Amino acid sequence: MSAAPPSSAPAQAAPGQGAAVAVRGLRIAAKGASGEHTIVHGLDFDIAPGEVLALIGESGSGKTTTALALMGYARQGCRIVGGSVRIGDIDVLGLDAAAQRRLRGRTVAYIAQSAAASFNPSRTLMDQVVEPALIHRLMSRDEAERRAVALFRELALPRPDSIGQRYPHQVSGGQLQRLMAAMALISDPALVILDEPTTALDVTTQIEVLRAFRRVVRERGTSAVYVTHDLAVVAQMADRILVLRHGAARELGDTRQIIEAPADDYTRSLLAAAHPAPRAGGPAADATATPLLSVRGLAAGYGPRGADGMPAVPILADIDLTVRRGQAIGVIGESGSGKTTLARVVAGLVAPARGEVLLDGALLPPTLARRSKDQLRRIQIVFQIADTALNPAHTVERILARPLQLYHGLSGAALQARIARLLDLVQLPSAVAGRLPGGLSGGQKQRINLARALAAEPDLILADEVTSALDTVVGAAVLDLMAELRRELGLSYLFISHDLNTVRAVCDEVVVLYAGRKVESVPRERAGVAEGMATGSAARHPYFDLLARSVPELRLGWLDETAAREAQQPAGARAAGCCVFLDRCPVRLAGVCDSLPPPRRSLPGGGEILCHRAEVPAARA
Amino acid sequence: MPASSAPAPALPAEPPRRRLPRLPLPGLLGLAVILFWLATALFGPWLLSPEANAPGADEVFGRLGAAHPLGTDYLGRDILARLVLGAGYTVGVAIVATLLASAGGTALALLAAVRGGWADGTLSRLMDTLISIPSKLFALIMVAAFGSSVTLLALTAALIYVPGVFRIARSLAVNINAMDYVAVARSRGEGELYIMRHEILPNMLGPMLADLGLRFVYVVLLLAGLSFLGLGVQPPEADWGSLVRENLGGLPEGAPAVIVPALAIASLTIAVNLLIDNLPGRGER
Repeated sequence: MSAAPPSSAPAQAAPGQGAAVAVRGLRIAAKGASGEHTIVHGLDFDIAPGEVLALIGESGSGKTTTALALMGYARQGCRIVGGSVRIGDIDVLGLDAAAQRRLRGRTVAYIAQSAAASFNPSRTLMDQVVEPALIHRLMSRDEAERRAVALFRELALPRPDSIGQRYPHQVSGGQLQRLMAAMALISDPALVILDEPTTALDVTTQIEVLRAFRRVVRERGTSAVYVTHDLAVVAQMADRILVLRHGAARELGDTRQIIEAPADDYTRSLLAAAHPAPRAGGPAADATATPLLSVRGLAAGYGPRGADGMPAVPILADIDLTVRRGQAIGVIGESGSGKTTLARVVAGLVAPARGEVLLDGALLPPTLARRSKDQLRRIQIVFQIADTALNPAHTVERILARPLQLYHGLSGAALQARIARLLDLVQLPSAVAGRLPGGLSGGQKQRINLARALAAEPDLILADEVTSALDTVVGAAVLDLMAELRRELGLSYLFISHDLNTVRAVCDEVVVLYAGRKVESVPRERAGVAEGMATGSAARHPYFDLLARSVPELRLGWLDETAAREAQQPAGARAAGCCVFLDRCPVRLAGVCDSLPPPRRSLPGGGEILCHRAEVPAARA
Repeated sequence: MPASSAPAPALPAEPPRRRLPRLPLPGLLGLAVILFWLATALFGPWLLSPEANAPGADEVFGRLGAAHPLGTDYLGRDILARLVLGAGYTVGVAIVATLLASAGGTALALLAAVRGGWADGTLSRLMDTLISIPSKLFALIMVAAFGSSVTLLALTAALIYVPGVFRIARSLAVNINAMDYVAVARSRGEGELYIMRHEILPNMLGPMLADLGLRFVYVVLLLAGLSFLGLGVQPPEADWGSLVRENLGGLPEGAPAVIVPALAIASLTIAVNLLIDNLPGRGER
């Protein structure tokens, strides 16, 4: 098909040098129920050699589809119908299938969102990292391995000489993502496509991965396309930004111009959503009244109980928590910190091993079977992923009707009227009642998820990462809605999230979990980034400090300013019951932190902290 | 949300359209063939002379012709008549047995998945025990103990295929049981029966129906096998499987007597699978 003999790689750029990319009139169509429709409408853009271009937009904006088209690849059911893509001198779309295959992994490399899903669990990491070089017969296996180790070092992976011998499950998610970058870079591609490479990572991990990515991309002068929905990340990584919506370009410009002086309305709305404004809460909670929910000395976990009554896999230990009527309490922590388990214990899905949960001062039975219908009604849980939280076989009407029938005994016209009111409350047209969840968008599904909880007329809603799976703009709308409902209906929330910005925007108090311990709780006013240990204005747990500093800020140069955390060596011997954050703590005190359990102290102005450090500066002063 | 999307009239916004099962053409074809065989099984015997099972005076392994549209068998009997009489056994026994096996296995699997723990362990081990008995041997014991009858055949075939259905249904149900919407239903205080029937069952129906189609083929083969051993439908009655077997002698001559019942079995099994694969809502999954 093409006149260019691709096997001799005429346009293979010199190693370590990016190629210029030119995209003209790119159009991609998808097959739907009613024939083909265009999903990318004639995009034009250029990438200079060594430049990083960000593609940004909501889900469905065509950003991944566009990025894949740079390799001449269209996903199942999609087809590139027009336009041209040139990488250096290669006309990518003009190549035949075999030549395109030779291009991929060699001239253009792709780093996917979920590294965990992209590695083969039964082969060593080294086998997989050197694979692109071997498939394309670029070098011998020995040379490829030497190069891989050099890349591991560049990417700041621990033990670069031996990490290749491990299997994917033996390294962390952040390390896997960097290993995937090594796999992509081993063949010295002229263009690297990074597709949401840090979206699935915790913020504290994300910052390290971002730093590693940026360094290798800059040092090698590789051209790169960075696909993401997160403007704050883009501000650190990209030279230029292309804002996409519904498969069309809304704005293309320098990062500084887009961030500081956006010209397009849509870009402005994206920027506004990335700065979550605090939502006003309800009237101040009465601190003297019986709290709506109180959790005392809670421990819980999974697996069979041992002789001491503790489960085989303990998750939570010693959790105290109070939610007053009309309050929203945020629970924050990284994955595996026990946030979701806490919600499941309160909901009765997991029985606590120790401690108690009180609703309005009355002890809640540990299991669902022993809770009364009214107790069940008063606490409703809203799960993170609306796709799995809504039964795909039930219509919206049926999903909403069930709690109304069960708790309130409604039927007939009263039931219909209540369903319509609920849909109105979550700002959905009443026409969605007859649809199945599969026919709704992500934001709509999450609203139905919320409406189902509201149908029970609960006092407390356990919201588990309700906006994490949503686009920024849609997530902001759901947060607005929740804040509004709280004002109107006097609801209380236990708001679980890994995103500090979200929690700060909606909650009166932030509770920080680490490894199943409550390490700190702070009122909203003091949960800001600028405060903390550095300023000395208030004590702050080192983990919370790390967390707060790792949340990307929407301004240029943030990543450079934030000093790289010096690699902490895990502490050596330790006493049982000592601080859980010991290994990662940058300010640990030898002889104290590794031998004594940290004290829990109340802070002036509200809040608590579980740290030795909190008392040390005070002692010095 | 665009406010202009709907002027939001009084409920119901959309007349509750009951979705008629709009089958694609292959599904309709399958349905037609199944209905045809069902009708044959139900009404066919009345159209025949009562002596259809008696040895005929005509040529053995006869060709297709005006007197015998589908030829004659090894005793000179009319194949068409034999086929019509056999339809009742094959369609009836096989469908009843398959439905019983699928319903029973699925119900037990739902119970095991939803209740978990002790009930799950007991049921699963019980099924493992059943599956470890060779099916033909099991049928032999059943026939030896209770004597051969159509009811017994259907029950035996059902019992033999319950463990297989149970295995598949349980693994599906256990996965669905771990979904958040089931957790929501539990935390709402729903009973086990509601969770089994309304939350889990609708979401495993597709794969279970596909399994049903496959089981049906197995049951037909099992019945034919039993007949071959002389344990199934007793002569002079014959199901389609036995028709193939008893006319095996005509194979070297290319007699229609052996091909026609085989084609009948094929048409029924293909039709069942065509229908199931084209049921509404199956394509999306």
